Amino acid sequence: MTTEAGSETEVKEKAEESAAQPDQSETAKPESQEVANVEGGEKEKGKEKEKEGKEGKGITRYLPTWFKKQKSQTSPTKEVPATEEPVSKGVEGEEEPAPEVNGHAEEVEEKEEVKSEEVKEATQPESDSNASADTEPAKEEKVEDATAKSPEKTKDTAVGEGAEEEKKKEPEGHVEAETDGGESQTSIFQSPLRLVRKNKMKVVVCHVTLLEGTDFTCEVEKRAKGQYLFFKVCEHLNLLEKDYFGLTYKDNHDEKCWLDPTKEIKRQIRSNNWQFAFGVKFYPPDPSQLTEDITRYLLCLQLREDVASGRLPCSFVTHALLGSYTLQAELGDHEPDQPRPLDFISQLTFAPNQNKEMEEKILELHKSHRGMTPAQADLQFLENAKKLSMYGVDLHHAKDSEGVDIMLGVCANGLLVYKDRLRINRFAWPKILKISYKRNNFYIKIRPGETEQFESTVGFKLQNHRSAKRLWKVCVENHSFFRLNAPEPPTKARFLTLGSKFRYSGRTQAQTRLASSLIDRPAPSFERTSSKRISRSLDGAPVISITEAGSETAENGRDHRLELHSDSKAEEVDLSPADVEAIPSQQSPGRAEPALSQDLDKTQDEVLKHQASISQLKRSFMEAPPPSPPQPNQWEKRLTSSPATIRVQQHQVVSVPQTEAASADNASSETKEPAKTTEVEIEETVVIQEVSRAPKPGVVTVTADPTAAPPAEHEPQDQKVKVEEEAALAEVEEVSPVKPEKASSDSESEEEAEYHPNVPASISQSQIPEEKEEEEQMKEEEEEQQQASAPVVPSLPAEVSQPAEETSQEEEEEESKKEEMEVEEKKDDQEEKESGRETEDSTDDPMVTPEEAPEGLMVPEESAEAGPTEDLEQPKMNGEASLVEVDPRPQVICCSEPPVVKTEMVTISDTFAAQKTEIATKEVPIVHTETKTITYEAAQLDGNSDGEPGVLMTAQTITSESLCTTTTTHITKTLKGGLSETRIEKRIVITGDCDIDHDQALAQAIKEAKEQHPDMSVTRVVVHKETELAEEED
Amino acid sequence: MAGLMAGFGHYTHAVVRGIPASLAKEALRTSQAEVDLTRARTEHEAYVEVLRTRLGLGVVELPADESLPDCVFVEDAAVVCGETALITRPGAESRRRETEVMKEALKDLNLNIVEMTDENATLDGGDVLFTGREFFVGLSKRTNQRGAEILADAFKDYAVSTVPVLEGLHLKSFCSMGGPGLIIIGSSEPAQKALKIMQQMSDHRYDKLTVPDDIAANCVYMNLPNKGHVLLHCTAEEFPESVKVFEKLKDHMLIPVSNMEKVKVDGALTCCSVLISKNPNI
Repeated sequence: MTTEAGSETEVKEKAEESAAQPDQSETAKPESQEVANVEGGEKEKGKEKEKEGKEGKGITRYLPTWFKKQKSQTSPTKEVPATEEPVSKGVEGEEEPAPEVNGHAEEVEEKEEVKSEEVKEATQPESDSNASADTEPAKEEKVEDATAKSPEKTKDTAVGEGAEEEKKKEPEGHVEAETDGGESQTSIFQSPLRLVRKNKMKVVVCHVTLLEGTDFTCEVEKRAKGQYLFFKVCEHLNLLEKDYFGLTYKDNHDEKCWLDPTKEIKRQIRSNNWQFAFGVKFYPPDPSQLTEDITRYLLCLQLREDVASGRLPCSFVTHALLGSYTLQAELGDHEPDQPRPLDFISQLTFAPNQNKEMEEKILELHKSHRGMTPAQADLQFLENAKKLSMYGVDLHHAKDSEGVDIMLGVCANGLLVYKDRLRINRFAWPKILKISYKRNNFYIKIRPGETEQFESTVGFKLQNHRSAKRLWKVCVENHSFFRLNAPEPPTKARFLTLGSKFRYSGRTQAQTRLASSLIDRPAPSFERTSSKRISRSLDGAPVISITEAGSETAENGRDHRLELHSDSKAEEVDLSPADVEAIPSQQSPGRAEPALSQDLDKTQDEVLKHQASISQLKRSFMEAPPPSPPQPNQWEKRLTSSPATIRVQQHQVVSVPQTEAASADNASSETKEPAKTTEVEIEETVVIQEVSRAPKPGVVTVTADPTAAPPAEHEPQDQKVKVEEEAALAEVEEVSPVKPEKASSDSESEEEAEYHPNVPASISQSQIPEEKEEEEQMKEEEEEQQQASAPVVPSLPAEVSQPAEETSQEEEEEESKKEEMEVEEKKDDQEEKESGRETEDSTDDPMVTPEEAPEGLMVPEESAEAGPTEDLEQPKMNGEASLVEVDPRPQVICCSEPPVVKTEMVTISDTFAAQKTEIATKEVPIVHTETKTITYEAAQLDGNSDGEPGVLMTAQTITSESLCTTTTTHITKTLKGGLSETRIEKRIVITGDCDIDHDQALAQAIKEAKEQHPDMSVTRVVVHKETELAEEED
Repeated sequence: MAGLMAGFGHYTHAVVRGIPASLAKEALRTSQAEVDLTRARTEHEAYVEVLRTRLGLGVVELPADESLPDCVFVEDAAVVCGETALITRPGAESRRRETEVMKEALKDLNLNIVEMTDENATLDGGDVLFTGREFFVGLSKRTNQRGAEILADAFKDYAVSTVPVLEGLHLKSFCSMGGPGLIIIGSSEPAQKALKIMQQMSDHRYDKLTVPDDIAANCVYMNLPNKGHVLLHCTAEEFPESVKVFEKLKDHMLIPVSNMEKVKVDGALTCCSVLISKNPNI
């Protein structure tokens, strides 16, 4: 509690400062102060955050609104809108019960998550003070709300800046009062009026366009997550197999985006337009495997729309055939006595270019379906539709390395490359080792072919960073959904909660199938709508419905292009918003300034949104930075709208750790931002290998060598440097039967649980590629690696693929059986490191979070979720660690300066081109990078790991504005000498424009790995950093 | 009911064309071989006879045109899939008019005619490999990207992937379908390379049957009622090693067809007919 109080006070101070400083010039001074505070204070904040998350989840909800107000207050223009927030606070009490009303356990969890988020938001004020810009976006929303509630606005305006400060404090007070009252200090400031306002605000009416074309209206509390609304809709539809579906909204650029179930709705939509559309997100490759007819029916509705709109192209005959099944499903048998007049059919929309001939054909075919039930007709419809080559393909406009317009299609099987209508290349998921994006560039790393020795990277240019991110997100989601295996049934429940966090509802297709196989209810009766409605919906529900899945691709993609901004345009767009937001940014500039230079580097395009992943990554990054998380939502909004502001915020996050440099740049930062934007990109890859043995051979433990982590030399501070880090943690753990259960208890462990079951079944895919990479890295690493003693554990034969060559190895010895032991170990080994690291984390967290924050809720949610869902222990762990660690600014793993490797990116978008000339490489040297690799190995388990078949269990990605974090988990099971070994390899790739605290990330990764797999030990850690020397690109 | 992509190889009709006397001297060719016109005609008659008599297809025989020396190779003039016929724009200028008669013949068969009018587009049917699930279009001297695009537009149901043809005249100069999901491929390096590309580009899995001789890989596959899998392939006289490979296809009705003369002007087995599947039910 004490720590919390301190943090609060700091926050207040910051807020005051921000408020006090009307102009940027003023802000500069405060910034310096803030910086100082930040360094010391942030750590505290991190602690506080944790505490808050534990203690008062309910309160947190309210906090965010205030924060927003604060932001608005800081900026004179924004003040008016801020008033709305208080109303929402009043509502709080009401809101909480509401979720319960639904009665779903999941919902409850969601609420908890929300609370946690709120908590984070509460912490935000601190962050806000640091980064006023973040808060600003919220203001905008508020403003909109305020407009609706004019009276409130007037009040707000009257209050003035001073009032704003008070308001800020007030919300905190409310929270405290509600929760533990620990933050009583702030409570004093609260004014009842504001509370009332909050109450008013909180419930929002959502309009969801359903596939039938009808509108579903539902009230949702303003801070509700996407999941809540989605479940509401599914409930309304009586849909159980909901994992194939999702909700979309249109962003500020009128592009359709999938509503992230784990994030707050408000932070995603960025406008006050609570319009959504329900649609199919993952097209099941074999619809006949769906359990319920109602699911197939909804899929049919989606496909009819896809076909009618031209998004799903098909031939005349197919149009007619599909149309005839539609008629059969809707009208039943053709009645020879009362033939339907042609004009009746012409009212229905079957195809984009429908004509009499087609209608006649449809009628003719309809006759042949006599006796077919609606469900059978639907099935026939789907059986034909699924064979269409563009079925389930989500198209994105892009350019290849030569600037040629192409389309990238994401589907269940992989990534397709189209030029006009022609498929010119295809990358099946198993061929893809890595998916990433930087700014408006989208990259896939390809597994080397039989005859090839090296991996190649294919790059595409998208119109802007948003489209790049969206594409990347879709790829991650589709890969996860279609490629990964299902967890065991027990884990599913948890999975729902956890899974909701990021990509999609959280279940893979395999899981969904499993789940739906358990559906035990009489087939629900439902009414089929007429195609007339469908046609209407196409015309009449323009907002959301039509485009979603294929919106980009929709109608041959031309529409898209219209919508999409050219790069230049995009920049312009970004800039313009920036101008608008400039005010807020200015407010924040002082805070952000330290980071500003970096921010600038990040550039508009790069503004990345988070994608949340279930995984540990979330925790690691998410947990620590609670203060920042509240900001993210706003960030996202801003990101889309104003690049500049975003940058600033990011800087803030980043800046905290780097505070040093910030001061100098502050003054110029705003002006400089546009120019600098491009310069800094950071990619980090963390690979974690975990090996578990079923039989406990010997005690294999990984002891983290505190020494192993020298301070990170690559500080994010090098603003202009792009850094790629790959940290590979190999954990070898002896699997004790009990342990998995324990793991499950932890939120993180849940993930494990899910994966493990899959492992045995799914071994088919090889971990090899990754391992290879690691090996390669290892070689590189040698130079850098620290000297580490690698104890060879006889029992662990197969596990370690990488031999002793790797100089730096972390050896952790753990007693596999005892979980406690493991924990201790973590503490022991890692604590030293972690203590430093954690401190870093805490500091870093703000950094990370802001980045994540742009996406908004993700960070806070994740952390929140982790807290509530997970046992309190973990959060405590984190918190404790952070507290202890505060002092050391730890850099767990720093490599000596890396050998400079210039890497050429080979771009091959066209097989033809590839064949013609494999020259492409020369042309495309996109990035010059410095590569550092650090490897820590505990023990040499086996040299063969590379060759072992593995299964790619998961790929999770978290994206923040500036950072993109992808976690890939491979699980390999091998039988050697009667011992079954399970190796888990996790690769975490962090890519970002801004500087990344590698040490922190690594520490976090190790920590998480241990937490998640207590029964396993960390065998190897490889950190690979790639820093772009200069942006020679473009 | 004929659903989408049902009944691959289930042909009912074939369009063929006579050999003009001009073929011997004027037909395009990549080699300088002398063509024996009489033997070529005998060969062709035997080929048509197999289609008509042995396999029971409705054969539409178009008259030869002396001004079109290559007109016997009807495959290049049209691509028929389902009820849609794409009238091509052959890559060789001298062959453009071959499509006129073909178009009329296909119209008479009640096919939906799509014409390739874009003057920037060229496409030879010999570059089009239809697998039953998708198209592969060889980008060759005769076929360009634009031609492939138009084909993709004409057959929207199917994925159309492009495959570079670096050696040989056409894509089907070294490959063809030997059954549903079975690609017969030559063993030359360019052929194997092309196969790899096709496999990479496809969402479907294909088995491959590799034959020692590229030209032998050009076969005519059908799936006929009462006959099952039917494969017209080269004779042992021409390619004994490759025939040994075909003889491993136990489920196929194997019909060796001589093609010794037409091959001299780059004519393969598939080149000499356009196969059509007319479903009486639709």
